[in-house]
Amino acid sequence: MKNDLVNRTQVAAPAISRRNFIGAAAATGVAAIVPAGLESLRAEGIAKTAAQFVLPAATTAVTPFKVHVPQSALDDLKKRLANARWPDKEPVTGWSQGVPLAKIRALADYWARDYDWRRAERALNALPQFRTALDGVGIYFIHARSKHEHALPIILTHGWPGSVFEFLEVIRPLTDPTAHGGNENDAFHVVVPALPGFGFSDKPAEKGWNVVRIANAWATLMKRLGYERWVAQGGDWGAGVTTALGHIQPPGLAGIHLNWALVFPEKIPTEGLSQDEQRAVDAEAIFRTQGAGYFLEQATRPQTIGTALADSPVGQAAWIYEKFNAWTDHDGDVESALTKDQMLDDISLYWLTDSAASSARIYWENNPATYVGGKIELPVGVSVFPREIYRAPRGWAEKDYSKLIYWNELPKGGHFAAFEQPAAFVRELRACFATLRA
Amino acid sequence: MNDDLENRTGVPASLTSRRTFIREAAETGVASIFSPGLVPISAQGNAMQAAQFVLPNATKDVAPFKVHVPQAALVDLKKRLANARWPNKEPVTDWSQGVPLAKAQGLVEYWRTRYDWRRVESTLNGLPQFRTQIDGLGIYFIHVRSKHENALPIILTHGWPGSIIEFLQVIGPLTDPTAHGGKADEAFHVVILSLPGFGFSDKPTQVGSGLPRIANAWAVLMARLGYSHYVAQGGDWGAGVTSWMAKQRVSGLTAVHLNLPILFPPPPPRPGGYTAAEQPALAQLGKYGSDGSAYGLIQGTRPQTLGYGLADSPVGQAMWIYEKFQAWSDNKADPAEAISVDHMLDDISLYWLTDTAASSARLYFESWGKDFGRMPIDLPVAVSIFKGDFFTPPKVWGDQTYSKLFYWNEVPKGGHFAALEQPELFVDELRKSFAQVR
Repeated sequence: MKNDLVNRTQVAAPAISRRNFIGAAAATGVAAIVPAGLESLRAEGIAKTAAQFVLPAATTAVTPFKVHVPQSALDDLKKRLANARWPDKEPVTGWSQGVPLAKIRALADYWARDYDWRRAERALNALPQFRTALDGVGIYFIHARSKHEHALPIILTHGWPGSVFEFLEVIRPLTDPTAHGGNENDAFHVVVPALPGFGFSDKPAEKGWNVVRIANAWATLMKRLGYERWVAQGGDWGAGVTTALGHIQPPGLAGIHLNWALVFPEKIPTEGLSQDEQRAVDAEAIFRTQGAGYFLEQATRPQTIGTALADSPVGQAAWIYEKFNAWTDHDGDVESALTKDQMLDDISLYWLTDSAASSARIYWENNPATYVGGKIELPVGVSVFPREIYRAPRGWAEKDYSKLIYWNELPKGGHFAAFEQPAAFVRELRACFATLRA
Repeated sequence: MNDDLENRTGVPASLTSRRTFIREAAETGVASIFSPGLVPISAQGNAMQAAQFVLPNATKDVAPFKVHVPQAALVDLKKRLANARWPNKEPVTDWSQGVPLAKAQGLVEYWRTRYDWRRVESTLNGLPQFRTQIDGLGIYFIHVRSKHENALPIILTHGWPGSIIEFLQVIGPLTDPTAHGGKADEAFHVVILSLPGFGFSDKPTQVGSGLPRIANAWAVLMARLGYSHYVAQGGDWGAGVTSWMAKQRVSGLTAVHLNLPILFPPPPPRPGGYTAAEQPALAQLGKYGSDGSAYGLIQGTRPQTLGYGLADSPVGQAMWIYEKFQAWSDNKADPAEAISVDHMLDDISLYWLTDTAASSARLYFESWGKDFGRMPIDLPVAVSIFKGDFFTPPKVWGDQTYSKLFYWNEVPKGGHFAALEQPELFVDELRKSFAQVR
């Protein structure tokens, strides 16, 4: 593993020509773009000027990777933002029809004028990043080893519309606890992959990438990194993948932690529900009837919605911004939960990697039956953040998780737990996994 | 009424200055845009170059109206199409994830290089078009009187993602039957409106413009046009409006014709359950719910969020509609089997050029799941089921729901966009059914 860290390179390849670029990209692992006209043109005359990423081909080797978005892609983004055409103002006050016009215009304005992608890029490039081929797909991941030899390896999986950015603030406290209020025994070796179709991971060209296949790929990754005993963590689709890992029980997996326990009774009793259960049932019903439009669209027509969002940065931003507002813990101002910069780091990653459609497809690939429910025999820890979409009652979790080693209900935070409450999130992982350390 | 027809003017306003334009627009009813520098800008720096329609203010007068989309808007459209950024190809070989990339690119290439908006504009301007204010909103409509004095007045209402474009081919045969294989006593005076928030009608700025209110507005219009006895027709949302007109027994309405009757299974099923004749429609509803209704859920809950992507990306707007032409028209694989590419693009262009993605989607927020339900009707009802539609309810449900069901026919060809797909059959249906109420 040390070799991987040493092998990192700072050289960005200038994309002089396609031939030169591809050679350079393969050699240095730098992401860049070529004009789409050279690469993917189908219908004559289309997309001559659209900036498009081309990721270096991944092999089964673990190859160092740096992010460098070409200036032309950033210029193109700003041009699109400046040329945005807007709908008329919503006829309501508030967010009940989606992102209010004034809110998205303010965000787009900030994105175009004040936001600095290079800052986000520097934050990523300050961490050891890699790509490796798993089950035929190049997977991007951050891999930060602790200086403490007996640190516990952990793989953290993001969801939608999250990304590896959710975890940036927790990586150092997890790997270097003595510098962040913990002790040596709290140390983790941290692996943060991007899901297939997300961020700097490849976009699968064939169907079949459901949470089970991803979980198996993650197990292969941990083995490839040399970890013989490790744990896994996730929320949202990350919880789906992590739950699948719990079902599969790959060799080496010692336990899992979820910040969204995906437990729900197959048939909900109509009476005799506890207060917690009733609250979960009500929240799920509100989600299903009023909050699941994005879900059903992405689950049934990811390509159609993806075609719109691939062509419009304000469309992509609104599609995600709505969820930051709906799912974080705030009293009316989403920016009290996440800063504009944090939200735009994540939104920019989706935009710059053109992954609206490919990320939406994870909904198409998975039927709820494949990730909700099912017994898990491995040790499971759960942290319940109060503004989660629905809060799983402990009784439901106990039915599915025979070894529920940790349960805590926190006073603050929402769906994007690590992003919103990094310190609390770190405390949860330290407390949960303390009992599983060898 | 004659005055209205004679008042039409063929003179498009030249866009010399905003002041001149507004005066001319008010005088001549020509739709146009502000010059870019004069567009009110709420977020500095945004939308400087986006072409934007401004409709002339409507009054309670019936004011003649002509369509003239400024060249700048057409140039802007082509520029956006040429700069389209695409998602990666779908990992399936059909439409199961939405519009396939190759199909999307083919349509866009045709739109950019071969499609001629001026052709449909000149078709529209060959018809008597008007705007009038009803219930606070300017409503656009086409009004063609038959030369046969005793013609039956009919009001035709489109749905989503349809428009007045659906009816252009049936106007001649309906108003002038003797020139189109019919008899003088089959003549209609034809009124074709744009729903609020659609086409050249105003966009509601307040909530509350649902089906019951639209139905009342339509009756006000027919009275304003001097019609004391008339019939109404519609499919999709048009069937919703038409059904509400009948349910509210608006003044002057004598009968209705529906090509998508809102006939959901009457609850509860009779003892012994649903019959074999009912099973296909039940299966259609099940498939619609699980695989075909995401557009409805997202438009019904977050029309504004969705609207940003579609208002900014003509590619996104096109695919959002094209998907439905494919899914709901009578075709085996390609929607062009049922509807010509030009006709599809007429409709798509109307949505794009009027920036009505969000405002049209809001009708779902207003009325989806609230007003669009099974509706017993006691006025005379005629139904034509076009067998290629995505929902073809059995006659038994019609018998149970409409006390005066005087006509029911199943038409072997044609689908959801009946008048657009099979104009001759559609005309036949209206002639045959309404012969009984003349």
